[in-house]
Amino acid sequence: MKPETPTSARDADKSNRRGFLGVAAVGLAGILLAPGIRLIEVAQAAPSTGADPKVRWGMLIDSTKCRSGCTDCVTACNAEHGLPQNPKPTDAQWIRKIEIREIRTGRTQSLPVMCQHCAEPPCVDVCPTGASFKRADGIVLVDKHICIGCRYCMLACPYKARSFIHEPVTDQKPDAPRGKGTVESCTMCVHKVDRGEQPACVQACAAAGHNAIIFGNLNDPQSEIAQRVRNIQTSQLRADLKLDPSVRYHGI
Amino acid sequence: MRSLRKLSRAAQLWLLLVGAALLTGAALLLTADVQGATAGVPMPVIEPARGGQCVKDPDYMRRNHMHVLEHQAELAVHGGVRDPRLSLKTCIQCHASQVSRSVAATKTDFCISCHTFAAVQTSCFECHAHRPANASAFPPLVHPTTGTTAHLTRQVLALDAQTPSAAPRP
Repeated sequence: MKPETPTSARDADKSNRRGFLGVAAVGLAGILLAPGIRLIEVAQAAPSTGADPKVRWGMLIDSTKCRSGCTDCVTACNAEHGLPQNPKPTDAQWIRKIEIREIRTGRTQSLPVMCQHCAEPPCVDVCPTGASFKRADGIVLVDKHICIGCRYCMLACPYKARSFIHEPVTDQKPDAPRGKGTVESCTMCVHKVDRGEQPACVQACAAAGHNAIIFGNLNDPQSEIAQRVRNIQTSQLRADLKLDPSVRYHGI
Repeated sequence: MRSLRKLSRAAQLWLLLVGAALLTGAALLLTADVQGATAGVPMPVIEPARGGQCVKDPDYMRRNHMHVLEHQAELAVHGGVRDPRLSLKTCIQCHASQVSRSVAATKTDFCISCHTFAAVQTSCFECHAHRPANASAFPPLVHPTTGTTAHLTRQVLALDAQTPSAAPRP
């Protein structure tokens, strides 16, 4: 005669098997439904809280770490926003690499220049429609629904940061709507910042191992950028204009 | 009448035939008119969306989607308040066609289909992307209530075949 298993053990065994089947069913359902669920999750995600006036987003560009000839930040920006990778002279340019050389010593440096996100932006001052504006957290943007393409802001900007779109655009990125007849510039990847991510150029520079660009909240004394700015010498481009840009440079 | 009688028999026959033809033509035109009035303008082809349930009532959305989108754009651009439920991006993810993967690439796509029916021009897609960014946003379509899948896709494909010159942009 076979020794009988105690009832409780048998039950436990059964429940284990049941449990396994349950897990398997859930797993299978997960595999079948996963893509659909992802969409619904997106739709039910909580809205972002919005631009915080206590925050001031900024960048610190360490030109001693920036490599001459490396254009990873430019490439990443173009890819992120659907700008052409081989731009024509009339195409928009959000970020560019420049080489500077001190005439007496011959010391050369390479650094990226983009919208400096001024605290006192002249582009906002001159905009006749209110399309050019500064967000509460210091990011300077163009509302393209309001922009009439007068290009006054392009003239006002001392950094040549803004571009006009001359020709019809196709295959835009969902996060970067772009269209003929409006002015645009670096948005500090505002769509990524609102998701809690770093701008595309910062990510690309870190991925290339240079870490020449740091992004963060200048108003938070604990943030890496605030600490760096406090401890090392940094300068603003055309500081004489007293525009107080959010983008600072080290080593120029 | 006298002048008619003066005509030859053959000519009289010809006149009769012409009269009959004219009458039939008029009758046909009339019936066609009546048919047109009852059938109306062909309804737009509307593919079921992937999400199953819109964030607002369809009746409300039909009349007010532009105001919802505009309000949301204002909040998102100026305030940074991004509500994924109301963003154009999510609308497009849900409503993009199974066939063209877009809401505005062909005549039967969601936005274009209805805007053509209503004779309202849409300029959204001169700037905004009319298809989702990644292919993973395309799960197999099974409508939760109707279970529509292949039939509708076939229908849309057939319509596409009839309009080979479907403009890629609105």
